Amino acid sequence: MPEIPAIDELTVTLAHYLVVSGLVFGIGIVVALAKRNAIAVLMGVELMLNAVNLTLLAFSRFSSAFAEGDEPLSGHAFVVFVLTVAAAEAAIALALAVLVYRRQETVDLDRVNLLRW
Amino acid sequence: MSLAEHLNHIGPALILYIGAGVVLTADMFSGRAAPRWQLAVLALIGGLGWTYGLAMGDTRGEALGGAVRVDDFALFFSFLIIASTLAVVLSARQWTDSIERGAELYALMLISAASMVILAQANDLITIFIALETTSISQFVMAGLARTDRSAEAGLKYLLTGALSAAVLLYGFAFLFGMSGTTDLDGIADYLASAPEEQRLPLLLALVFVLAGFGFKMALAPFHAWVPDVYQGAPTVVSSFLSVASKAAGFAVALRLFYTGLGGGDTFLSEDWAMFVAVLAGLSMIFGNTGAILQTNAKRLLGYSSIAQAGNIAVGFAAVAAGSTIGPSGVMFFLGTYAATNLGAFIAVQAFAERTGSENIADFAGLPKRSPVLAVVLSLCLISLTGIPPTAGFIAKVYVFNGAVQTGHEWLIVLVAVAVVNTAISAFYYLRWLRTMWLDEAEDDSPIEVAPAVQAVLAAASIGVLFFGLWPAPLINAAQSAAETLL
Repeated sequence: MPEIPAIDELTVTLAHYLVVSGLVFGIGIVVALAKRNAIAVLMGVELMLNAVNLTLLAFSRFSSAFAEGDEPLSGHAFVVFVLTVAAAEAAIALALAVLVYRRQETVDLDRVNLLRW
Repeated sequence: MSLAEHLNHIGPALILYIGAGVVLTADMFSGRAAPRWQLAVLALIGGLGWTYGLAMGDTRGEALGGAVRVDDFALFFSFLIIASTLAVVLSARQWTDSIERGAELYALMLISAASMVILAQANDLITIFIALETTSISQFVMAGLARTDRSAEAGLKYLLTGALSAAVLLYGFAFLFGMSGTTDLDGIADYLASAPEEQRLPLLLALVFVLAGFGFKMALAPFHAWVPDVYQGAPTVVSSFLSVASKAAGFAVALRLFYTGLGGGDTFLSEDWAMFVAVLAGLSMIFGNTGAILQTNAKRLLGYSSIAQAGNIAVGFAAVAAGSTIGPSGVMFFLGTYAATNLGAFIAVQAFAERTGSENIADFAGLPKRSPVLAVVLSLCLISLTGIPPTAGFIAKVYVFNGAVQTGHEWLIVLVAVAVVNTAISAFYYLRWLRTMWLDEAEDDSPIEVAPAVQAVLAAASIGVLFFGLWPAPLINAAQSAAETLL
């Protein structure tokens, strides 16, 4: 049986958060660019925004740019605004997707192509 | 500082936000009988007046805890944005009378314009983000407002690309915040001035993300794919608003971020940033002009042309980064003249399309006989877009290219050479349109009526194009003194 490291050796650092958020951002951007369904693209964008939130919070908590014990609140405030804007954007996106679906019976971006050349 | 003083700083935007609320309320109570466009015009004139008052007075500096900053630079763009919105609103009446939802267009346009004014004043990453999203989200709705197949599709495509680019921009902002520990642009500048060399890589990454996000707003290649689709599909009123006001706001915020936040041409990042913008500028001119050659739809052609013009402006932006002293004022002068030119072209196309129901360039044949006013204004604007004297477009191009050559960097001189070749390519499709208009015979030569308000806007646009072409000094002086507040 492999030896299990002691808890205090498993410190989660800024780098861990940045790697995770970078991965989530990457997955989001691949989904947003590769999927052809408008709703799926939107889900990719939401993933990207959440990765941004994680990055902001991690920096806000850990970054070496801040003096000891001086965690700026602007990172936290930023996250609240990002969440709000993401919600507004999703609402408008779904409304427009419904409008397109009613008119063209699909939200597949390859088939929603009246506008080309 | 008292509350009234804080509000005074953001007065021009505030009055537009209130105007939007009043338009919607009036529409709720009395429907189509409500004075919708009159109220919108009133709010815009109020906004212009307030901006003028701020420009004449000595209200300068930061407000709202450093979130916004009023300086000559912000006031210049405030004027430009509100005046172009006024022109669009004045020409929108016929279209809004023809659809079910007219009041929403005015309200959304006022909200969008107000947020652009805030964007020009923004001095903090959070303010920039919120103002940018407020303008964008109202524009997504406006693009889909006509409820036709094409309009809905344009709205959805605009939104998806817009949301994607906003997320990319935010990721860049997150890194800028993380490295510097502050969202305040001045604070970021302080950090950069003493940033250690090993932080260069993450900073460069942040820069690439931020420029990608703004590139979308400024319609620069390779982030330009939405432009032709949206300009063609959206109602023409909205397209002209997007092509002028939205682009001006995008360049305004990018200039301020790079000047105030990233320390102008003084940090170790400026060379990379100049290179990156130069590549975007070259790509935009090439993609825009080659795309435009094939187009038969007038709005789509203007869409591609606006990508190419964004490339021209970006040449000035690259010069800014490379340390050109006349770079920022060149960008501002170009945007000022471009507003008059492009508004004239779009509104003429809109007036034509509303009467004839066609946006095909072939149908513009024989326009001088059908409507001399439209033909003359459209010709003047196309000549200015090409950059032929004595129009403002010529002076603007010379000014911007001169700024790039002045820096003496070899690669900027190569970029100017690319720009000059592209001007020749663009002459091909602009002048082909002119030839169709003046030399071909019309199948149907019934006269086209142009509403008085539209005629007034067209007259103002063409006076602007000619005036700044023959006597550019006032606008150049205004741009220069405004640019000085950035340095």
